[in-house]
Parts: sequence; structure tokens; C-alpha cells
Amino acid sequence: MTTTPAPPAVDAVQAEASAQNPAEVTPADAGRPVRSRTLKPWYRNGTLVVGLVITGLLVLTAVFAPLLAPYDPVKQNLQDALQDPSSAHWLGTDKYGRDVLSRLIWGARVDLRIGFLAVLIPFVVGTVVGALAGYFGGWFDTVVMRVVDVFFAFPFYVLVIVLVFVLGAGESSIYLAIAAVSWVAYAKIMRGELLVAKKQDYVVAARLGGMSHGRILLKHIAPNVMSQALIYAMSDIVMDIMAIVTLGYLGLGIAPPTAEWGSMILDGQEFITTQWLQATIPGLAVVVTSLGLSLLGDGLSDHLSPERRK
Amino acid sequence: MFDRLRFVPIRLLQSIPVVFGVTIVVFFMVHLLPGNPALVLLGQSATPERVAALNEQLGLNEPLFDQYLRFLGNLVQLDLGQSITYQRPVTELVADAVPITLSLLAYALVLSLVISIPLAAVAASAPGRVRDAAVRAFTLLGQGMPQFWVGIMLILLLGVKAQAFPVGGYGKTPGEHLYYLFLPALTLAIAMSPTTIRSLRASTIAVLGSDHVGTARSKGAAGVPLFRQHVLRNAAIPTVSIIGVNLGYLVGGSLVIEKVFAVPGLGSLMVNAIFARDFPTIQAVALVVALFVVVVGILTDVVYTAIDPRVDLASKERA
Repeated sequence: MTTTPAPPAVDAVQAEASAQNPAEVTPADAGRPVRSRTLKPWYRNGTLVVGLVITGLLVLTAVFAPLLAPYDPVKQNLQDALQDPSSAHWLGTDKYGRDVLSRLIWGARVDLRIGFLAVLIPFVVGTVVGALAGYFGGWFDTVVMRVVDVFFAFPFYVLVIVLVFVLGAGESSIYLAIAAVSWVAYAKIMRGELLVAKKQDYVVAARLGGMSHGRILLKHIAPNVMSQALIYAMSDIVMDIMAIVTLGYLGLGIAPPTAEWGSMILDGQEFITTQWLQATIPGLAVVVTSLGLSLLGDGLSDHLSPERRK
Repeated sequence: MFDRLRFVPIRLLQSIPVVFGVTIVVFFMVHLLPGNPALVLLGQSATPERVAALNEQLGLNEPLFDQYLRFLGNLVQLDLGQSITYQRPVTELVADAVPITLSLLAYALVLSLVISIPLAAVAASAPGRVRDAAVRAFTLLGQGMPQFWVGIMLILLLGVKAQAFPVGGYGKTPGEHLYYLFLPALTLAIAMSPTTIRSLRASTIAVLGSDHVGTARSKGAAGVPLFRQHVLRNAAIPTVSIIGVNLGYLVGGSLVIEKVFAVPGLGSLMVNAIFARDFPTIQAVALVVALFVVVVGILTDVVYTAIDPRVDLASKERA
């Protein structure tokens, strides 16, 4: 299937896999159980540990935002507006006199929560649909793949932006829009995995032994093929956070005055000539977050399927 | 070579269902609006007369299937309806914006190759060494930065601090276009480079280890000439398909970047249309962008076949 446009992110994953090991890109080892693939304990995997630490710290920041933030993130204080960093306000204040550091910390709450929750529906729907399509084939597979092709024709942002507009601004619309767009990537990955897995001896043996399709899929195939979807989910979270931040920047995301990194960048852009920190800092927060998740994804990939890399 | 391009007509036929699917999605967008779409679209300015008029204009009174057929019929005649805000045919608005977005993308593509090829070559020349790690750090960071934020940072560094480039607009003459579009194109190029570099680095390492490069080396070729004459073309082959996919992804990014730099292309058109609740324009941009992605997919296959004599999609298609 060189002819269908692959999704950017899936392709990035594949590009990554081939970047590590150009000679072998095809999933050849779908047959072996996950645990035996692990060559070294997870804590000896530097990439995984650094990714876990960065992501963990960010999640803790988000969870304990009410304790960590020095000020109320939405309380306006107009006489203190647009202050430079000081001992009272480490990162200064915005145009309404709100503490930028506090907004940054509370922003982690919003952006991380939506980013992590937004992958759940597409992950479940995409993996189930893709697995069924790959396992059973036939007309269901044909229909699913045609639908997948259609969705891949729309760039991610275009469809998400339009859907959020159509469904109305707000958190639930963002979940729905992202779910509607990103399930296709999981479906495509899982279908590919299943096409290989269903031909493996252990599946054929289970079938010959009279085991039902449902049991084979859940008990025998699922543990072996989930790792690719899981690894992809890490980069998908990054994509979702980018989408939320972008929507916030366009003024289509979480409504003000809630602190959110994208809308903070939008607010800061106005004062780029005088208060450049305001637009810079929330962007750096996104960079650190995606760095953590990317390392986590790379580390997981090393850990779960080392034979696909060097 | 032309023989190997036999797959093009088949490829075009194969994309017909996708194009139909795209029209269905674009058509149904308007029906996802909760309640009466005309009422929602008009918002504050809704009066019974205007709602009725808009219902009529959007054809919302007819059965769904008839509406879709009418939508398709109009589409074939390049009639995408009337823009609600500009009171002009949407086709005209889109036709004005498309060349701007296309030139921005082409510019970004060139810049991204200017960034990616040397970096990939440097990284591949010493895998695992410091310069390789530095390039890898660049790709990791490049992927982790929100595109619009990169744009704002470039505005800050090259526009505001260094005063080297204009921070928005499009200019009037072709020379001005190049100058004005530099920062937005660079923004997109930075977004596009990481995957290109990774792919090119991997394939360069593979090519550097092959026999023909060994032969060239033994004949005294080294450095940049070796890379240009014996490595680049072979290494570029897998990268072409990655660039093709990326270009489609980049269209989405360019929509946001155009808004950052006030470039009057498809992106600005769409974002403004969203705020104006101008549904025909939103539909038109979504449609054009999706069709662009389909076309880029086909072009990628053509280029792929053209640069690699071993690829024969025609025979694969028949198999």
C-alpha cells in the first residue's frame, strides 16, 4: 500500500523505526510474547527513565497546581499589570496583572489533562476497529480502509479546527474532534499488526484447537500487538497537546480566563516587543512536555520491541 | 521510464473513492452544527427572514440526499456558494488564496531541504558521535515546538530584535513576496525538517556502507563531491515519500502559520471564516486542502518512480 497517504504521525513513527534500523522496517516479531523481548530492566534504559522523570514531574505539577502556584491564576490585579520578573512574581505578570508562573502551573493542568484524556477514545476505538479489520478482513476491512483513506486526506489541524467550531468551543468538543480525527492512525497501525499476527503459528494453532475468535484476539493476539499502539500513543499525546495549544492560540480552545498555554502565548504575542517572556515561557512549557513524552515513547519502543531497533 | 508511469491512470482512478469521501465529509460538516444550522450561523443577527434566506441559500430545506447531489452538481461547476461575509463567490476567494499558500509551501519545502540535507549529511558522517547527537537534539526539539510558537519566536528574534525581516503581510512584487514570506516559510521548514533529517540520515548511513561508495572512495572521492555524486540521490529515495506525507501535514500547519504572519492565503481565509461563521468558505478551504493532499500523494508516487528506476508501481498495482 504505497499508494495511500499515510498519516503524518504514523509515518513519523515509521520514519523513526527505519531511522534506527534501515534494513528492517516490517514488524517481523509479532509472534513472540512481549516479556521475552525485554533485554534489560526498564530502569537501565536511560531514554525511558529521563522521559518518565520529565513526564512524571509535569504530571505532579499539574496534580498539585493548587499547592504549587503562588497566586490565583485568574485573579486580576490591574495596577500590577505587565510587570517584569521580580521576587514577588518570578515570571512577571500579564496584561491583567495575573501571575504568569501561576498561570503556567495551572495551564499544565488543563493542557496535560486534555492531552492525556483525548487519546483514550481514539486509542480504544482505533485499536478495536483496526484489529477487527485486520483479523477478519473481507468487506469490513475494505470499508474501514476506505474511511481511513478519506480521513487521512484531511490534515489533522484542518479537521480538528473545523470540528471544534462546528461542535462549539469547550473541552468536550475538543475530545470529540480529536477522537473523530485520530482514531484512524490507531486503526491503521493495528490493522497492519494483525495482518502479520493472524498468520503466526500460535494463532493458527489456537484456531485449530477450537478456540473462539474473541478469545484468540483478547488472550493471544492482543498482548503481542498492543506495544505498537502504545508507543504511538505517546506521540499522539504530543500531537493532541499541540492541537489544544494551537486551538487556544487561535482563540478556539478553552475559554478565557482559564489558564491554558496556547491562549497565554496568544496574550503574550501582543507584548512581544516589550515583554517577550510572556509568549516565550508557555511555549517552552510545551517543548519540555513534548520532549518528555517523545523520550518516553522512544524508551518504551526500545523496551517493548528492542529487535526493531539496533 | 514512461512505461513505468503506467500506474498513474490507475492511481487516479483509485483516488476517486477518496475524493467522494472527502466531499461527503465536507458536506456533512454543516449538518453537525447543533440545532438549525442557519440559526447557529447567523447568531445574533438572526431574523426569521434571514434564517429562511440562508436556509434557501444552503439548500437546507431539501431532503439530505438531494442536498448532497446538489452540492456535488455545484462542485463540478466550481460553484462553492457565496461567502456569507465577503458577499463574493467562494471560488473567487479560494482562487485568490491558493497561489499564496502554494508558494509559501514551495518556499518552505526548499528551505527545509536547505536545512535538512547538510544536517543529515553531517549526522550520517559520524553516527553516534557528538555532531550526530547534536543533530538528533535539533530534531527532537524541532518536533516538540508548536509551529505557531516557532513563528512567534522568529518574529521576536529576526523581526523585532534584529529587524532583519518583516513580521507580517505578503508584499506586492515577487521580490517582496520572497522577502515577506521568508519567516513564515522558515517556520514551516523548521517544522518539516526533523522527519526529513531522520529519514535522510538513516538512508545516508545505509548508502555510505554500500559497495559503490566503497569503490568511489577507493578511487579517491571524498567529502562533499562524494556525497553529491554518489550518495545523495540514492539516499533521497526513501525520503521522498516522507516529504510527500509531510507536505500534506504541513498544509494544516501552514493554515495556522498564515494567521501568525497575516499572510492572506487559505489559512487566514479559513480562520477568519471560522470567526465570521462563514460556512461556505470553511467548507471550500477544507475541500481544497484535502484535494491538495490527495494530489500530493499521487505526485509523490510519480517522483518516487521517476528518481528510482527500480520502483515499478505499475506492475505492483496489477499484482
